[in-house]
Amino acid sequence: MSKHTTEKIWFTISGAFAFMTIAALLFLLFSIVREGAHMLSWSFITEPPRRNMTEGGIWPALVGTFYVASLTILISVPVGIGAAIYLNEYAKQGPIVRIIRMSIRNLAGVPSIVYGLFGLAIFASTLRIGVGLITAAITLAIMVLPWVITASEEALKAVPRSFREGGLALGATKWQTIRQLVLPTAIPGMATGSILGLARAAGETAPIILTGAAYFSRNLPSSLTDSFMALPYHLYILATQHAQASVVRPIAYGTALVLILMVILLNMFAILLRNYYRRKNEVL
Amino acid sequence: MELDAQNRSESEKISGLKQVTKEKLTQKSFKANLLDFLIEKAFFVFGSIAVFVLLLILYFLIREGSDALREVGIVEFLTGTRWYPSSPQGAGYGALPFIISSFMVTTGALIIAIPWGIFTAIFIAEIAPKRVREILKPVVEVLAIFPSVILGFIALVILSPIVANLFGLSNGLNAFTASVILSVMALPTIISIAEDSIKSVPKDYREAAYALGATRWETIKTITVPAAKSGIMAGIMLGFGRAVGETMTVLMAAGNALNMPVREFFGVTLPNYFSSVRTLTANIAIEGSDVPWGSLHYSALFVIALILFVITFVVNLTADILISRQRRKLNNE
Repeated sequence: MSKHTTEKIWFTISGAFAFMTIAALLFLLFSIVREGAHMLSWSFITEPPRRNMTEGGIWPALVGTFYVASLTILISVPVGIGAAIYLNEYAKQGPIVRIIRMSIRNLAGVPSIVYGLFGLAIFASTLRIGVGLITAAITLAIMVLPWVITASEEALKAVPRSFREGGLALGATKWQTIRQLVLPTAIPGMATGSILGLARAAGETAPIILTGAAYFSRNLPSSLTDSFMALPYHLYILATQHAQASVVRPIAYGTALVLILMVILLNMFAILLRNYYRRKNEVL
Repeated sequence: MELDAQNRSESEKISGLKQVTKEKLTQKSFKANLLDFLIEKAFFVFGSIAVFVLLLILYFLIREGSDALREVGIVEFLTGTRWYPSSPQGAGYGALPFIISSFMVTTGALIIAIPWGIFTAIFIAEIAPKRVREILKPVVEVLAIFPSVILGFIALVILSPIVANLFGLSNGLNAFTASVILSVMALPTIISIAEDSIKSVPKDYREAAYALGATRWETIKTITVPAAKSGIMAGIMLGFGRAVGETMTVLMAAGNALNMPVREFFGVTLPNYFSSVRTLTANIAIEGSDVPWGSLHYSALFVIALILFVITFVVNLTADILISRQRRKLNNE
């Protein structure tokens, strides 16, 4: 066999695997859209579940997810940006920074259910906050922290060195330079990272099972310690815990469709934002 | 030596000069300098938070798990096969079925995801024309953010009936189904890390191979991929970490029965991929939400979490070492 035939065969095999990746994604999306699309309606979005969740919509779960994801971002973004500023602007290469970076990468690898159990132990039982919105949000915030730090650091790295040198040359202190020159330039990139973190937090299920998600609640959460419904947990309940699993199947598909649409739209928005500002910075 | 010393003193002179001029030019007040100093220290606190959180997690897992570790013992956890936490006569805390289940579904997932991920990574990094690459990259990104509960749902309602039909089983929720869906979870991690590592191989390597008359495939097979070996291994390790720690997909796809998922086959004990299994992660999710706080059962769940933590920690550390080894190797040569 000539070596060009061999090459053709291996290229085809590689291409087939790559095509399988696309096919897998299309299959997943198609399965959800096919069964879930007819569920989408204004009332499905805006009504609470009725008759033991066999009818009605997903409004409380949608709001719950919005609440918990927003709180998560509110907590994790300031901390994450602070850590990124230290790592990129102040820290000098050495053992301390190496340990910090190793910890960040390790945190990113800790299983989400372990975060859930940790959140339960520290916030719910030791600090006596109980399970609820704020416990779930802090737990998720710790979980997305490594991603937020990494994204913020990348945004800071994209700021040209000359900005910093210019600031220092004008007699500004380091902090003035960071605050007035570096941060404003890096903020769009940081926003992108935060939105990606938001999407992750919105799609997570395992940690909130242990830290405050509710099977069903008639009312929207009104305080930080209330338990809450959330889209991913709602889908889990409908799919596996509901007594009439086949009756609620269409609602489960509808919930899955709303969830994946939300996650994909958030990501697209984040990427568009990044590209928009990247182009704008190029003009600079 | 002499020249070196001379150079150093030269540069010291220059930097000394620089410092003087800079200070004269900027005339920072004592207050501004103090503020800057304090701000730097404040940011250090933020910076080290990751270390603090990691230690805090470890501390709480050990603290909450210590009761069970003392009363049951780590040997019983790792080797015992009976898990009956609430049985009044003789409670059992053997987590071996969960450990075996976790390794079964993870291994199964990797058997699928490793060739799939590596060939896809090679295709993206080395073969695909730009336009195809621009389709593949967002595809991988969307797979990476796909909520695991949706994958579990698809496994439950679509995949498991197919598996049941295909193999003539009464129920398709088993280790095999979980492995298949879990491979999709591990895939994006393997692809993106392997792709990065293949891309980081310097251009000269390939050009040298082409110049010697190698075809593109020969270059990939004998030059590029071997040079990127450590990074590809790291991708596999991280894929393993992702799969072993994944909860929702296995919780919904694996059936969650409490038993040893093995069968005798001509006198040899083999894992049975068509039996319903419960992984370490799934067991925490199932029992964690209604276990009474402070009970021995509660404590035992933290030991399971500790086992998971140690597994993923070792996996991540290994991946870290592999990645930095590759970076060093490619930079030195």
